[in-house]
Amino acid sequence: MEALDIARWQFGIVTVYHFLMVPLTIGLGLLVAVLQTVWHRTGREEYLRATKFWGKLFLINFIMGVATGIVQEFQFGMAWSQYSRFVGDVFGAPLAMESLLAFFVESTFLGLWIFGWKKLPAKVHLACLWIAVCGSVVSAYFILVANSWMQHPVGVKMVDGYPHMVDAWAVFTNNTALVAFFHTITGALAVAGAFLLGISWYHLWRRRHDGIDTVDAAGRVVVGESDTIPGRSKLDHSVWIKSLRIGAVVAMIAFAGSAVSGDMSGKLMFEQQPMKMAAAEAACHDGTSFSVLSIGDLSSRDCSKVVAVMEIPGLLSFLAHNDFTTDIKGVNTLVPEYQAKYGTNVPDNPIYGDRAGQPINYVPVMPVTYWGFRMMIGFGGLAALASAVALFATRKGTVPRPKWIMRLALLGILAPFGANAAGWIFTEMGRQPFVVAPNPSMSGIDQVFMFTAAAVSPGVSAGEMIFSLAALASVYAVLLVVEVALLAKYIRGGVPSAMPELGHAPGGEGDRGDAPDGDGDDVLAFAY
Amino acid sequence: MDFLPTLWFILIAVLWTGYLFLEGFDLGVGMLMKVFARDEKERRLLLNTVGPVWDGNEVWLITAGGATFAAFPFWYASLFSSLYIPLVFVLLALIFRAVAFEYRGKVHHDTWRRVWDWAIGIGSLVAAFGIGAMLALTTTGLPLDANGDRVGGPFAWFTWYAVLGGMAVVAFCLLQAAAFLALKTDGDVRLRARRLVGRWLAVALLPLAVWAIAVAVSNGKWFSWVLLAVAVAAAAVAWAANLRGREGLSFLALGAFLLLGSSTIFSGVFPVVLPSTLNPAWNLTIANASSSPYTLGLMSIVAAVGVPLVLAYQAWTYWIFRKRISTAHLPEPHDFAPAVGRGDAAAAAAGGS
Ligand code: HDD
Ligand code: HEM
Ligand code: HEM
Repeated sequence: MEALDIARWQFGIVTVYHFLMVPLTIGLGLLVAVLQTVWHRTGREEYLRATKFWGKLFLINFIMGVATGIVQEFQFGMAWSQYSRFVGDVFGAPLAMESLLAFFVESTFLGLWIFGWKKLPAKVHLACLWIAVCGSVVSAYFILVANSWMQHPVGVKMVDGYPHMVDAWAVFTNNTALVAFFHTITGALAVAGAFLLGISWYHLWRRRHDGIDTVDAAGRVVVGESDTIPGRSKLDHSVWIKSLRIGAVVAMIAFAGSAVSGDMSGKLMFEQQPMKMAAAEAACHDGTSFSVLSIGDLSSRDCSKVVAVMEIPGLLSFLAHNDFTTDIKGVNTLVPEYQAKYGTNVPDNPIYGDRAGQPINYVPVMPVTYWGFRMMIGFGGLAALASAVALFATRKGTVPRPKWIMRLALLGILAPFGANAAGWIFTEMGRQPFVVAPNPSMSGIDQVFMFTAAAVSPGVSAGEMIFSLAALASVYAVLLVVEVALLAKYIRGGVPSAMPELGHAPGGEGDRGDAPDGDGDDVLAFAY
Repeated sequence: MDFLPTLWFILIAVLWTGYLFLEGFDLGVGMLMKVFARDEKERRLLLNTVGPVWDGNEVWLITAGGATFAAFPFWYASLFSSLYIPLVFVLLALIFRAVAFEYRGKVHHDTWRRVWDWAIGIGSLVAAFGIGAMLALTTTGLPLDANGDRVGGPFAWFTWYAVLGGMAVVAFCLLQAAAFLALKTDGDVRLRARRLVGRWLAVALLPLAVWAIAVAVSNGKWFSWVLLAVAVAAAAVAWAANLRGREGLSFLALGAFLLLGSSTIFSGVFPVVLPSTLNPAWNLTIANASSSPYTLGLMSIVAAVGVPLVLAYQAWTYWIFRKRISTAHLPEPHDFAPAVGRGDAAAAAAGGS
């Protein structure tokens, strides 16, 4: 393999991986902040317990987002130096702002939250969490501004072959970025919602399984209690059922939000990257139908073997255009248009190496775009549907007995993760062969584009990239196992895992509160 | 005309110095986990001295990288791609270190803790060495061609300057960490840390001084020598203050030494940001590596608002957690009995593993 291909695999792997942690950080962070706010307002113990429990899981996940994020920041320079030189004038700004205005806030105030439980006044402590969470949301905004500029390059003029920013307002209010921001936040909430739902379901099921909670003749829950096992008080039932409800509602609203923003996104995509839209549909010929199922050899890339099996007439046109009759250009129409605008062959420039002079393939990898698009919507929809069912199934205060339903609820946690990853893979691979995609519908600056093949670092050898890919991928794989195992341990532990003072410590040792207390409250500043 | 690029050169120098000043001691504390702490309690004490702040400190590195990308994309691209392999190690080190901080205490098992202790120790060492080498090379040069790409293979960056820079930062971090522990802890650890500072101060600052002298000699600017002289004075103050048990002053004086040393280095190389060792005509300078005035202007406004804010709330964090801590304060680590085991008593034990 050439350096280019390895660099692309590497970018895809580390970014998709980073984006497993990110949506949970954003979504769960928001929910924990809400829970703590409710506790602060009402003083009800179950909300404190919920805050501590979900907060613990949040932190276990958060740190992995931090650790993998640094790779993201460095790899533009390391593996994509030509890209960095080309786009630096516009792309660097949101990246730097993300650090300065978001990461500092996030990390500092989260540190205050973790270590400040009894050190800070309750209000200030709560405010710290909110500030940290806002930091996450702001970081999402800035990085999406950067990413969206690659999809829809606005606010620049070309100077000596480089795009120079001339209109920051245009860059930072890029319609693509605003919609993607909305879409990503709703996607993150869907992840958090399903997470709450699945884990709460498990605990409620466990209580029934162990005979702590029972149901009466009308099927209504009779909440029980065990004094021998910590975390099995009546209050804990309330932690789980409330978390479950909140999770289900959030997941449903998030899906509705995703659909609205996704629809807006589709309209922009049709206008800005028609080839991506066509590839998402495996649409070879112009038309208005949304494909429900296309078979044949999608990977043939020349459209000769794609057979549309089932289509909904007019829907594609609606997605792209808000009416049912406008023809959407298919791949066969678009390819000649792209060739006319951006050339039929890779330019004869040494930066392209062996690829110089070769014909350009403007059609993205269709099985990926086609199925990526469908998996995103499918997994998201599945999670929303399951949430509705879960709300109904738990209306009498607990979950049904069967174990397999519990297993499904746990498995369901993965669905929104899958939707997010699929969405990104679709977006990024649908942009190929460009790393900065030209927008045919834009006038004047549609010459701002860059082929992915020109973006990679010329000085870095394939061997170096193989080394880094292997090293990062294997470390990531190990850490994923560790993270999931740790999450599982704390999930199984229930509330006392996050509030040791509730549990009976094995050796009968005291909890954090009764260690020798030299000068006041300092004891409580320990968290590691 | 050159005002904005100069301003940004200074700002980036400040970010790197701020990074070394702040993360310096938490990297050092990480390394000391393995060589200074005597038992589990002390290791936990060390961790908790930096617990609330290490992540905020690390963001200085991310911001230094991001700001370089925004203000000098050519510098960012050439430096990071040339140092591909060492930076991979730095990244792996930072990954393990971050995860170790958070995960170490989450399972009460000796092997588990030992593995993460190594991750923290080696992670801190490798990160400090790698960053030091990178900073040294950006001041002494890399074999770059006309396009700014490294020639000569994956290890062409390897020179004695890289080793010197790596050692300079590692040694400084260790010293700064000892001074920090003397300031933040009480009891035996405090006394031992203070003794460590007194004994090793001169040795630990030497490589940084040599690096600064090397830059001063090769660039021959008179004020480099003035800065260096003041730096040596700061080191003397740090030593004297430590002797008298004035730990705060000693810590700050070490910080001043770093600030003066890095001023010597960065002002010495100015206006070159990354020299090419092959041909001076291919040097990257503040003029040919920087972004457009528009972008720099925009970023200046953002920095004018952002940097003071960051300084203010980070200072506030240090204030909140200003009290000394000691092993006597440490609560016993203990595990929780799981609410949900695997259905029997054995599970209660399993939850604690
Ligand atoms: C939509 C949101 C989103 C997206 C698309 C990305 N990230 Fe991310 N990133 C976050 C949202 C986020 C976050 C939620 O804000 C994290 C997770 C944990 C954290 O501290 O912040 C984060 C962490 C994080 C960190 C560590 C921050 C710290 O130490 O506190 C860095 C350096 C990056 N990211 C950089 C990137 C880059 C260069 C990306 C593009 C390729 C990227 N992220 C994609
Ligand atoms: C928001 C910030 C992001 C930026 C700035 C960004 C930028 C890039 C760049 C520079 C490349 C390499 C060049 C290329 O192959 O086109 C790339 C590829 C890729 N990215 Fe993104 N990306 C971002 C977010 C994401 C996310 C969140 C994901 C997934 C979870 C993702 C998935 C991918 C994949 C799968 C590729 C490889 C595609 C291919 O090479 O065919 N990206 N992206
Ligand atoms: C009816 C539902 C949905 C529609 C119509 C839809 C539509 C879209 C479209 C058109 C894009 C491509 C945007 C671009 O290329 O610029 C996209 C991207 C994406 N989708 Fe969806 N989507 C839906 C549901 C979801 C759900 C439920 C999730 C996650 C839980 C999700 C996560 C993503 C992500 C992470 C991206 C990439 C980031 C972006 O460009 O915004 N989507 N979606």
